[in-house]
Amino acid sequence: MSAGNGRAAMAGPGRADGWEPDALRRRLQSGEQAVTAEIGPPRGADPAAIGRKVEPLRGWVDAVNITDNQSAHTRMSSWAGSLFALAAMVPPVMQVTCRDRNRIALQSDLLSAAALGIPNVLLMTGDHPRFGDHPEAKPVFDLDSVQLLWAARTMRDEGRLLSGRTLDPPPGWLIGAVENPFAPPSAFRAARLGKKAAAGAEFVQTQYVFDVPAFGRWLAEVRDLGLDQRCRILAGAGPIRSLRALAHLQRGVPGISVPDDVGRRLRGVPQDRVADEGLRLCAEIIQQVLALPGVSGVHVMAPGFEHGIPAILEAAGVPPRSRLRPPVPAPAASGQERSGHAD
Amino acid sequence: MSISTRPLPSPSRTGPGELSPAAGAGGPLPGVPRLSARLLYQVQRLLAPNAGYRWLARWTAASPARTRIFTAAERAAKARLFGCQMCGQCTLPVTGYACPMSCPKQLRNGPCGGVGADGSCEVYPAMRCVWVVAYERAESQGRVADLRLLQRPVDHRERGRSSWVNYWLGRDEGLWTADDGLAAAPRIWRAGPP
Repeated sequence: MSAGNGRAAMAGPGRADGWEPDALRRRLQSGEQAVTAEIGPPRGADPAAIGRKVEPLRGWVDAVNITDNQSAHTRMSSWAGSLFALAAMVPPVMQVTCRDRNRIALQSDLLSAAALGIPNVLLMTGDHPRFGDHPEAKPVFDLDSVQLLWAARTMRDEGRLLSGRTLDPPPGWLIGAVENPFAPPSAFRAARLGKKAAAGAEFVQTQYVFDVPAFGRWLAEVRDLGLDQRCRILAGAGPIRSLRALAHLQRGVPGISVPDDVGRRLRGVPQDRVADEGLRLCAEIIQQVLALPGVSGVHVMAPGFEHGIPAILEAAGVPPRSRLRPPVPAPAASGQERSGHAD
Repeated sequence: MSISTRPLPSPSRTGPGELSPAAGAGGPLPGVPRLSARLLYQVQRLLAPNAGYRWLARWTAASPARTRIFTAAERAAKARLFGCQMCGQCTLPVTGYACPMSCPKQLRNGPCGGVGADGSCEVYPAMRCVWVVAYERAESQGRVADLRLLQRPVDHRERGRSSWVNYWLGRDEGLWTADDGLAAAPRIWRAGPP
């Protein structure tokens, strides 16, 4: 399927049709602002589901996250979803959590991802099964997110497994992490990103930013530690499209904080205008965070509303990727492919 | 893990007898350290390896019976004091003496992203996040830099073994990195590639 395509295309950026699986890496290296989005694979065996969801995003994002059984609900796997995204010519970011696999399976899946041409991986702890559709499941958590990042960096840059055995050839993905700037202990959150950067994270996507000043405070700490230079920051954003969603978020979704003024603004418009106001608010937040020093891009999450993401980006003044300058063909294809590995 | 190593839930939530199967299913419950961080850092100095402790550890390890008794005593004390899970590779000296293995996700490198705004555990909201507790305790003793050290993956073969014996015999060298790893990429192996 797409495996061969992905591999071949990765070796030669700058194709006439604009297909560039490595777009996220190039964007982050060049210092241009990157755009990523997120979709969840289907609960079912529909081979066309991923294509339908990523189609509207093509040309608007540098890569799209494929979630890994998000919220501990069983879905199609993130590596299969990533392959479907590649086939639809939207570069995937394969999410990998520590919840369901031990270190043997994690490393195996990461190797497979590289062989299949998946250009980016996002390594995280994952939600506890207690919140999912199988609360009776055994949580694994053999590694934590920092250790998984560290293992991945070791696989790629040292060409070795945790066992010490060598990999030939080593994998070549871009390594990402997640962070929540808002959760306690807030004084430790920038340092926590530091641990992930030290372990090997080259970019980080944050939890939803609704409280821009609080995000700015975290970012200032991140800059003081020099972390924005070694781990590119993509600020998380997403629309609140109904008062029900607002109430849900404000009642306390773990890790998400919605300040009162956001609630007042959404409740202050007529019922039939809440969705529009939510989109406008999201676009404004995207503009605000992209203007902050140290922010390298935005990560847009709109579960069930992925097709609306281009309109949000347009309202925020974020140009479609196709309108940015085309990639410069690399003199040596292999050099291009490996250039992001050293940091 | 056996029931006896499971930490007690916080007194404000429920008594041990009322611990519902659901609450205990799927991993540990956040531990609540019973002694002050200040006292424990003082005890830490008293427990630093010396010739006497090394002799005690060797003498203990030389006999299965002595090892069993010693380990049972360690288990009883540390389960009660920290919610210890007997991972056998103790990280308490660099986590403000709050046990990260009692985190429901057993995170050894810091809190997950789901900590409640009030510092509550995402998985058991009636209890405090182990890492919020660890941060407060480390900060109170000027030991926040400890939390930036990178904790290497756990060796599950050590589960149930005495970490005190391991500590005194020098078997737990390199459980964490020497610094925050930002200046030079730290090796994931405790000593060179195996």
